[in-house]
Amino acid sequence: MPDRVSIRIDGELIHAKLGQTILEAASATGKFIPSLCHLKGLKPVGACRLCLVEVAGVGRLLPSCTTPVQDGMAVTTRSERLDHYRRMILELIFAERNHICAVCVSNNHCELQALAKRLGVTHVRFPYSYPKAPVDATHRQFVLDQNRCILCTRCVRVCAEVEGAHVWDVGGRGVGSRLVCELNRNWAESRSCTSCGKCVQSCPTGALAAKGYAAEEMVKRAETISRLVEAKGARA
Amino acid sequence: MGQTIRIHHVTRIEGHARIDIHLDEAGKVRSTQFHVTQVRGFEKFTEGRPYYEMPAITARICGICPVSHLLASAKACDAVMAVQIPEAARLLRELLHCAQFVQSHALSFFYLSAPDLLLGFDSDPAARNVLGLIEKHPEAARDGIALRRFGQQTIERLAGERVHPAWVVPGGVNKAMSVDTRDLILSDLPLAHSIIRRTLRLFKSMLDQFPAESEVFGNMPTLHAGLVDADGRLQIYDGMVRFIDSAGKTAGRITRPREYAKWIGEAAMPDSYLKAPYFKPLGYPEGIYRVGPLARLNVAESCGTSDADRELLEYRQRLGRVVNGSFFYHYARLIEALYAIERMEELLHLPEILDKHVRAEAGVNSLEGVGIIEAPRGVLIHHYRVNEQGAITGANLIVATGHNNLAINHSVQQVAERFVDGMKLQEGALNRVNAVVRAYDPCLSCSTHAFGKPAYRLRLVGAGGEVIEET
Repeated sequence: MPDRVSIRIDGELIHAKLGQTILEAASATGKFIPSLCHLKGLKPVGACRLCLVEVAGVGRLLPSCTTPVQDGMAVTTRSERLDHYRRMILELIFAERNHICAVCVSNNHCELQALAKRLGVTHVRFPYSYPKAPVDATHRQFVLDQNRCILCTRCVRVCAEVEGAHVWDVGGRGVGSRLVCELNRNWAESRSCTSCGKCVQSCPTGALAAKGYAAEEMVKRAETISRLVEAKGARA
Repeated sequence: MGQTIRIHHVTRIEGHARIDIHLDEAGKVRSTQFHVTQVRGFEKFTEGRPYYEMPAITARICGICPVSHLLASAKACDAVMAVQIPEAARLLRELLHCAQFVQSHALSFFYLSAPDLLLGFDSDPAARNVLGLIEKHPEAARDGIALRRFGQQTIERLAGERVHPAWVVPGGVNKAMSVDTRDLILSDLPLAHSIIRRTLRLFKSMLDQFPAESEVFGNMPTLHAGLVDADGRLQIYDGMVRFIDSAGKTAGRITRPREYAKWIGEAAMPDSYLKAPYFKPLGYPEGIYRVGPLARLNVAESCGTSDADRELLEYRQRLGRVVNGSFFYHYARLIEALYAIERMEELLHLPEILDKHVRAEAGVNSLEGVGIIEAPRGVLIHHYRVNEQGAITGANLIVATGHNNLAINHSVQQVAERFVDGMKLQEGALNRVNAVVRAYDPCLSCSTHAFGKPAYRLRLVGAGGEVIEET
């Protein structure tokens, strides 16, 4: 069986490696597919649904971060339908919690904000739900603000897969889902947290931040997580 | 049962307010009320936020003087961290605040009050605005725009943005000033200086035209409060709050910000969302005091800069050592703008202002912090309580306009009694009721929520509730 396959992305013929996902194959050729829960180096979960693409012959949309390439596949990454859904997803994310960009520590350095700008989300058509969400400031160095969490679970995965501590999980159901520390403890009470800060660096918004940073000051470096994973893989 | 004249909304002020004038059977003014009609809620919804986010959040209280809230908040956070910020940061913050004073005072004088002063209180209301000013007095209008631009541009050059900059942070500022920025600001100073000198000459030449206004625009004995340094000089960024009585005698001093509640009480008013702070030793409502330009020049012994001190001397020769007429807020405001420009020059020439070390870092070292600053409109107090993790557990903000609430109420009554005749509704008379509020340059949006369209409506309501006359 050959280890390379040929697929078309937006009409362009691309040679991809067998086992690669559509998103990986597209990124390798410099194509942009929006995503929030995906972080190179972490296991994909297909949670945010922003990377949905159209695949010829398949009626439903498929998340490109979890769909492996197949020989002869024809993928469309931009269409009116996709734009419509992606914008709607972002609007729903904004409506679900209290994202107040202007006073956020991650203002101007936020993946959610940047993506909304890029995809032309200027208004939210859905009523905001304004949940009363807690802020966990108990940790000495870091703070978790549930108001800004989009449940991408990057922090959950980086902590479990890379640091091996598995401090974070998602508790609750549906719209009541919340990021929880161990079995729903305050962060300061965590017995497994190593205070490594990987969760903070991987968080796409201002939900996880280092303490003491004022508005606009929190600049994350999620790519360091990807490089770290790559380096670890090379050593192994 | 008499009648009520309702002025809703008061125009050319920042924020929204309503004035009710109650008349007796003979159409004479019986009582007046100054209502601030919207609530904001910052003190409540900031509970639980990390303290270091407070400068950015509380700056959103206002779009006119966000810098003042930023600075008061940052000072309260400095106190929570229990740090002494680097000298360069202190100087830069004061410099930023001087620019804020210039732009805010220019806005108040040229955009909001000059239409009354230059076009006349009784002039055509349709043209009694900044556009009318541009038509009739283009030089003055141009000066106003240029002066405000200078202030706003300086804020942008220092802090990156004109409105709601993120430059001021707990512990100092987040970026040092470059030599180029300093030189740019310095190069603009002469123009600003000449504009304010010209405007002062203009205002002084007009003083004789307003005998009635000078006499009854909130002309009353009250206490005055403002920040001064150890030598009694005018301060706008730091210092102690000094209270004096209407004769100039010191009535109290807040030397440690944490002790402000010993001196200032806050009364809630049943018909307004704006609280009424009062001077505690005298109780409520006797402890009425004023803040802002008029009060600051009364409280200070001197400004500390040469041209402003010369102007202050002339001001006192004309009006006395303690000026109790609120009409002269305008005059005091112009002198302060001159002071701010001169002070900027002084600050920019200090070599240490270019120092690269501009931020102190620390965690929570005190569970309470109070920051007191002079906003353009007067003393501004931010008081935070935090838990050991740094989350806000309580916030109390006393905004400048709040301090003046009682005084504004008294002034409205005084002006209404003198000018308003219930038998004949005169627009010019009601405009004076608006204008006395404008003299204080209140920023009601700082204490309340601003929304709705800025309408201007006058209604004369009969005893049975019927509208007799409406404009």
